[in-house]
Amino acid sequence: MKSAVLVFPGINRERDMARALRLASGFEPAMVWHAETSLPQGTDLVVVPGGFSYGDYLRCGAIAARAPVMDAVRAFAAQGGLVLGVCNGFQILCEAGLLPGVLMRNARLKFICKDVYLRVERSDMPFTRGYNAGQVIRVPVAHGEGNYEADEETLKRLEAEGRVLYRYCSAEGAVDERGNINGAANSIAGIVSDRGNVLGMMPHPENHVEEIMGCTDGRGLFAGLVAHLDRAA
Amino acid sequence: MKARVTVTLKSGILDPQGKAIEGALKSLGVDGVASVRQGKVFDIELSGADRAKAEAALKDAADKLLANTVIENYRVEVLS
Amino acid sequence: MQSNQPQITAELVASHGLKPDEYERILKLIGRVPTFTELGIFSAMWNEHCSYKSSRIHLRGLPTKAPWVIQGPGENAGVIDIGDGQAVVFKMESHNHPSYIEPYQGATTGVGGILRDVFTMGARPIACLNALSFGAPEHPKTRHLVSGVVAGIGGYGNSFGVPTVGGQMRFHTRYDGNILVNAMAVGLADADKIFYAAASGVNMPIVYLGSKTGRDGIHGASMASAEFDDDSAEKRPTVQVGDPFAEKLLLEACLEIMAADCVIAIQDMGAAGLTCSAVEMGAKGDLGVDLNLDAVPTRETGMSAYEMMLSESQERMLMVLKPEKEKEAEAIFRKWGLDFAVVGTTTPSKRFVVKHGGDVMADLPIKELGDEAPLYDRPHVAQAAKPVIAAREVKPPIAVSQALEKLIATPELCSKRWVWEQYDHVILGNTVQRPGGDAAVVRVQDGPKGLALTVDVTPRYCEADPYQGGKQAVAEAWRNITAVGGRPLAITDNLNFGNPERPEIMGQFVGCLKGISEACRALDFPVVSGNVSLYNETNGRGILPTPSIGGVGVLDDFTKSATLAFKAEGEAILLIGDTHGWLGQSVYLRDICGREEGAPPPVDLAAEKRNGDVVRGMIHAGTATAAHDISDGGLLIALAEMAIASGIGAQLLAAPAAIVPHAYWFGEDQARYVVTVAAEQAGLVLAKMKGAGVPCVRIGTTGGDAIAIAGEDAVSVASLKDGFESWLPAYMASKA
Repeated sequence: MKSAVLVFPGINRERDMARALRLASGFEPAMVWHAETSLPQGTDLVVVPGGFSYGDYLRCGAIAARAPVMDAVRAFAAQGGLVLGVCNGFQILCEAGLLPGVLMRNARLKFICKDVYLRVERSDMPFTRGYNAGQVIRVPVAHGEGNYEADEETLKRLEAEGRVLYRYCSAEGAVDERGNINGAANSIAGIVSDRGNVLGMMPHPENHVEEIMGCTDGRGLFAGLVAHLDRAA
Repeated sequence: MKARVTVTLKSGILDPQGKAIEGALKSLGVDGVASVRQGKVFDIELSGADRAKAEAALKDAADKLLANTVIENYRVEVLS
Repeated sequence: MQSNQPQITAELVASHGLKPDEYERILKLIGRVPTFTELGIFSAMWNEHCSYKSSRIHLRGLPTKAPWVIQGPGENAGVIDIGDGQAVVFKMESHNHPSYIEPYQGATTGVGGILRDVFTMGARPIACLNALSFGAPEHPKTRHLVSGVVAGIGGYGNSFGVPTVGGQMRFHTRYDGNILVNAMAVGLADADKIFYAAASGVNMPIVYLGSKTGRDGIHGASMASAEFDDDSAEKRPTVQVGDPFAEKLLLEACLEIMAADCVIAIQDMGAAGLTCSAVEMGAKGDLGVDLNLDAVPTRETGMSAYEMMLSESQERMLMVLKPEKEKEAEAIFRKWGLDFAVVGTTTPSKRFVVKHGGDVMADLPIKELGDEAPLYDRPHVAQAAKPVIAAREVKPPIAVSQALEKLIATPELCSKRWVWEQYDHVILGNTVQRPGGDAAVVRVQDGPKGLALTVDVTPRYCEADPYQGGKQAVAEAWRNITAVGGRPLAITDNLNFGNPERPEIMGQFVGCLKGISEACRALDFPVVSGNVSLYNETNGRGILPTPSIGGVGVLDDFTKSATLAFKAEGEAILLIGDTHGWLGQSVYLRDICGREEGAPPPVDLAAEKRNGDVVRGMIHAGTATAAHDISDGGLLIALAEMAIASGIGAQLLAAPAAIVPHAYWFGEDQARYVVTVAAEQAGLVLAKMKGAGVPCVRIGTTGGDAIAIAGEDAVSVASLKDGFESWLPAYMASKA
């Protein structure tokens, strides 16, 4: 797996992501500076990591979405390349038009850092094939603007087309208000583009990949991607 | 040339910050506040004196960056 | 020199916080009346915050050395060697007065400042902690301050990208008018690549890097040294505003130029901004400094020399670069989009010369600016000893089980989850033990080492007996680190006190320091950095003496650590250390009996060391399945915390006949731990302890869904958890 991790000024979870990618694939990802206009040769996964790119100024991800490197990412995605955006990365992908909707301020207005439960809605996508459909996984969130919103029509389409891959739920897998930590529409934690090759998710699977750190529920996402790319190779 | 771009949420978009501000005003005893929606103001200084050109530039700025047209509206005013 | 400057009058001098005798000192030192700019420079360099004039003489007594100490107090932060060529750089600092006036920005700039102190030495920050003291919950300002400070700390740390992994929060009416915000930062560096402030080389360019200079915080350092009065609200404009994004850019740029070997000397601009940093850079290197203020990047127009020298605009660094590396450094600055300029040169003259618009605005002897700062040996009076409260004399107003339920839900003892869930404590993927335990544990890069981090102090003990309180603060920090399996290495101290011009306050300061020194010596736990914050008083009413201790320890193998949650049913619960039932200054006596009285529990440092070493050994050997040190609330609260964290209850033997039950369960005797071991190991462990002369008894067995003491009503763990977790969120959600 040849992955490329984008680095914008203010991104701060690129090391966490690089470690998860390295552990899953055995390969060190390329760290790509925002001013670059092309991706490294042979890239098969672009990752937009978490952080506070440009301080979250103006709107989260707004300025990063308009950086030079994003044109290359758009072209890559148009050709079916895999793009993973986590937290600020999800915000950037929405601002860049690669995913519909927007991430707004958490309903209770405060930054939240805690482990949450996610239900994996389907397991037949590159981003979820490392899990079973309906599986409940535990991953941390750390965000102040994770409240996914989109207009009625978009939400209907996302649901009808099975493009919601991860949903906030309770430990038992029940999707309800209690398990929805930020007020996101339909408890949406992660969605894919209409072609299914671009995923944006708010929680941080990259922080739950090591046994010794206490939980490895995040591994499935990365292992699934590696398997998908191996098969395609 | 001084100009101002005001960016506001489209009606129908949930505004939890506005709601919180509403509640706080009530607690402070400010009466008769029916609703609050929070927006942003950008005060911009432009070079040149062509008003039409300035308005076009500001619209461009708003469309491209200042407003997320998925959820926000904007208003452009050239002040001087 | 410039002539159209304000006349130096007695009022002007006084408004700069300089006392008449201090002004006399200036006149003697420079042999003439100072210019307005020079007056500003002296007021900044010689105020309490920068010169430590009231405390320096006593701080000298602190133990600061050990074989693992690379750099003790005197630099931006302390540096300790943790082996394998790695060093840990850390410090704690206060931002009290500004946080009272504007809690969000006061807290953010406190965090920003301490992070800079760490990375200016070449260390990448890997963890933050903080110690917060707020007024009584009923005080009208408290909620607003808690909300703002916590949001501010999170707002800065989360954006900058460092996990905030631990802290302390307390409420007490003595902080009503003076809250305390102590921020600690810990960074990792290569032991042979530590950067210092001392400039070297003559005619070297001095480079300014970072945010533009504005009028922020002018006289902030003076405010830090002034008591509040009823006009404090007008001091609002002097609070600096922090920009964590700018700081993140600064961090990456600084680390890059350091890695590229471009840096000779580097200093961050903190209190008294350009003045303090430039003076220190020159003085430490035995060099003079010529500053050209025309070159300073400003974001306001028409700034005067005075304003530029005193501005406390954040996120700025001063440095001396290797001339042959300047171009390379500039490319790195540009990459990160940072403003930079050559603002001066080092000179052989040992003078601090400030030029602006072609005029010399200041010309002062550089070393004397620091060296000749007033040094006070203020009168200090030791307070009378408080009486020892005999446990039998305290009548328990309610049953032990009721007291347990009540105490676990008090502001003092309740869960602070509402606070730390607003801090990203997971970023960097190295947080082995998250907030809520005895100490935070963070992995060092990919391991195997880990760091144990804590902040602690018990202000009510310090108020009752400064010497015992000072000892206890250090001992408890040491215990916290030990309880997770760490080997305590060194501390940073943030000493928060009232008005030092009052002999009784100075007495508290001297007493606490005496206790701190003794404990540091006995426990091999030296002070490597610190901060003093005085004048924490309003209308003559001062805070409780609060010497916050930030402790750092190392785990050679972070997987050999312990957490406080019970791990399984049927395990033996062991109590290590002596219990006499000490109720003086206990949370029980205060919150159940309504009495803030008595002498605090004495600290036996030899027992602390002996008991702690044994517990650490058990953790490393894997014998201890859970470990928790006993502090506020005593034994029963410690047990409740272990049950709440696990959902597993405990069956406990009745209190021994020699001690009245409420004193046994809630007394705050020191040097104690609760440890669990597999049932079949208990006999062996007890025998070993006996042989080693370590007091150790089995007090019960884990299991069930309640804390059940023989002869007392059982209290369900679920009910305890509910009380524990509810108080703070309910308090913050309500309006009054």
